[in-house]
Amino acid sequence: MHETEIVVAIAVATLRAATPLMLAGFGELITERSGVLNLGVEGMMLVGAAFGFIGTVATGSLLAGFIIAMIAGALLALVFGGLTLTLMANQVATGLALTIFGVGFSALVGVKWVGTPLAGLATAIWPHLSAASPIVQQLMLLDPVVWIAVLVPFAAHWFIYRTRAGLILRAVGESHDVAHALGYSVLRIRYLAVLFGGAMSGLAGAYLSLSYSPMWAENMVAGRGWIALALVVFSTWKPLWLALGALLFGLVTIAQFQAEAFGLAVSPNLLAMLPYLATVVVLVLISRDATRLKLNAPAALGRPFHATA
Amino acid sequence: MDAAAPPPRLRLSGITKRYAAVTANSDISFEVGAGEIHALLGENGAGKSTLVKIIYGVVHPDAGEIAWEGRPTAIADPNAARALGIGMVFQHFSLFESLTVAENIALGLGARESIAALTGRIAEISGRYGLAVTPSRHVHHLSVGERQRVEIVRCLLQSPRLLIMDEPTSVLTPQEAEGLFDVLRRLSREGCSILYISHKLEEIKALCERATVLRAGRVVAACDPRVASEQQMAEMMIGGALPVAHRPAPLKEGRVCLAVDGLSLPADEPFGTNLRDISLTLRDGEILGIAGVAGNGQKELLAVLAGERRAPDAAAVRIADTPAGLLGPAARRRLGLAFIPEERLGRGAVAEFPLTENALLTAYQGFTRGGMVRYGAVQRYARDIIARFRVVAAGTDAPGSSLSGGNMQKFIVGREVGVNPRVLLAAHPTWGVDIGAALAIRQALMDLAAAGSGVLVVSEDLAELFEISDYIAVLSGGRLSPPRRTRETTVEEVGLLMGGRMADAAARDAVHAA
Repeated sequence: MHETEIVVAIAVATLRAATPLMLAGFGELITERSGVLNLGVEGMMLVGAAFGFIGTVATGSLLAGFIIAMIAGALLALVFGGLTLTLMANQVATGLALTIFGVGFSALVGVKWVGTPLAGLATAIWPHLSAASPIVQQLMLLDPVVWIAVLVPFAAHWFIYRTRAGLILRAVGESHDVAHALGYSVLRIRYLAVLFGGAMSGLAGAYLSLSYSPMWAENMVAGRGWIALALVVFSTWKPLWLALGALLFGLVTIAQFQAEAFGLAVSPNLLAMLPYLATVVVLVLISRDATRLKLNAPAALGRPFHATA
Repeated sequence: MDAAAPPPRLRLSGITKRYAAVTANSDISFEVGAGEIHALLGENGAGKSTLVKIIYGVVHPDAGEIAWEGRPTAIADPNAARALGIGMVFQHFSLFESLTVAENIALGLGARESIAALTGRIAEISGRYGLAVTPSRHVHHLSVGERQRVEIVRCLLQSPRLLIMDEPTSVLTPQEAEGLFDVLRRLSREGCSILYISHKLEEIKALCERATVLRAGRVVAACDPRVASEQQMAEMMIGGALPVAHRPAPLKEGRVCLAVDGLSLPADEPFGTNLRDISLTLRDGEILGIAGVAGNGQKELLAVLAGERRAPDAAAVRIADTPAGLLGPAARRRLGLAFIPEERLGRGAVAEFPLTENALLTAYQGFTRGGMVRYGAVQRYARDIIARFRVVAAGTDAPGSSLSGGNMQKFIVGREVGVNPRVLLAAHPTWGVDIGAALAIRQALMDLAAAGSGVLVVSEDLAELFEISDYIAVLSGGRLSPPRRTRETTVEEVGLLMGGRMADAAARDAVHAA
């Protein structure tokens, strides 16, 4: 029975660690499929985490907190869209600025809430959780947001490859000039994709501050936004591969905790590096296949669109 | 006009479109009747593309009126144009490489129809007109001819009443072009009007019943191409007498200046072509033309000849008897190689640099002393090029991007020819260049050969290759056919080779030999 418990615990923990990456990564995947590179994921996640936490404490409703976080993420993305799509600012520079802004802004608005206690999502849904058996307790940690994250890759796959909207999205990301010539509104589609990416980043951030570790701390996203960005490339812009990458990151994160628990004689700082290192190494190995990368990469990624009319 | 006669399918009156500095279209008026095949003639920059974009709703005119079947109509966007029954096949294909044929067609239709239902309709149309397309294939696997068929099928699915074709045959083999004409004539008999843009006058004579000639954004003439001669139409386009290029008498057989021996090289891009066992020999004083539809390995061959990609071994490419396969572009230039790439800005020249500095980019030998640039000498060199090739530019300080495509190309040709290379590689030297500039460029290549250099010209323009080359070889699917003496081959034979029919051509040879 003990072994079952460990397996369940590891599986649950992996899924929970992978959830924010899947959510933010999928949002960014949609954004990039439309041909826009938004490097501000980390910043949008942080703002989502801060506003989700503050919103929940202020309204007393977790649902309200998640919605506020998504709106906050989308608003930040709207700023990015206005600068890069309408004003045609450089996407890389603007995205980096967005992250730097998000780090500072979330720290500023969240400063009063550092150390505020909050019951996490799982506890709020199942108040009698602590009375249940260990396995049930573990399974109950799979809250609705985790389930959303599990469904997201399949929904995304279906959306991108099976629906007309997904087809148009891919078309705009492949060649905005052709899409424009055929009569599609490139900017409208890109704005929608950017807003969606922002909302998903906000949701991912709120998951961190409302469920994964229910609290607010400065810079608590801790680079997961960057990993999500990297996963999008590593997955060659395919949702199912993205899910795999997120699970790998989750698994190595858990392995690192386990190693620490076993008292492995390795510096904890070194262990803390592992998930990032493993993801980057796998990313590099996969990206060596330049052909596959080029075949799936949105050809118009990062290129500003200027209608010549 | 006779009151009883039906109104024309399309009537343009006083169409005017101005951009910041230029007037692209000025007071353009003409009519296209029902079922008429109407040619729109003009040099590059004459305003043809702007005009068809206006008709297709991509660009909005500043003044003027479009009447569709007698009713004044504002065409807001391409969707509105399609709703009226206007279809367009673009010069640069408007297909998405990474999507399938059916997906591409679905995007172009703008209607909500399942891919499965659409696939059936595609099969029906392609069967009816003999336009073979496979709905489930990805576009990047398709040849240029197949891509064009996809575009045409996409238009036909909307039962168009006006089909706009923008230079449709520039990428086709002669046989493919003939097949296209059959489809267009059939459409015309069925009542569909066709607006046909091209600068290939022999095609227009064969296909069209009326022609409107544009020059500098204005309608300068109208004629019946079945009656007017090619010479007359060309002179209407350029607004003056047509200069004639002439080929100086070829020298006797020179020494080998460029040799490729059994070169095979896998493509380095997903949509690239693998080069297979390519051998060729170029001698001093000779022009070798390489024909073929773009995408059959031209880019890859030029890259490995110019040194942008290395050959698998040094001996595979020899320049002036020196193994050069592993050398980079600069080292090959020192051996006497010069290269006119296909893309003028970006590879041939830097858009932001003034012409002086663009001249220095490749012609630096002799223009530097102790690491310092002798700007005075470079400036004189740039001025000489501008004068010799009549480059229209504001001066030697004008940035590359301020020149029209044809003038930039003349400048680049002048720069490369000016260093007296032993071997000159020219990629599509007159592509998108107007008649006058094209003549000047061809003349420069022939003069260079007459002065003793070897010239290798890669081009899709068969008429051009037949005019200037001593030998013609065909690149198809990454294989190079054995070169033939231009005098001893025909356009038809080269066309067969371009379509990948090496065996057919060989069989024909056997018949001739027997």
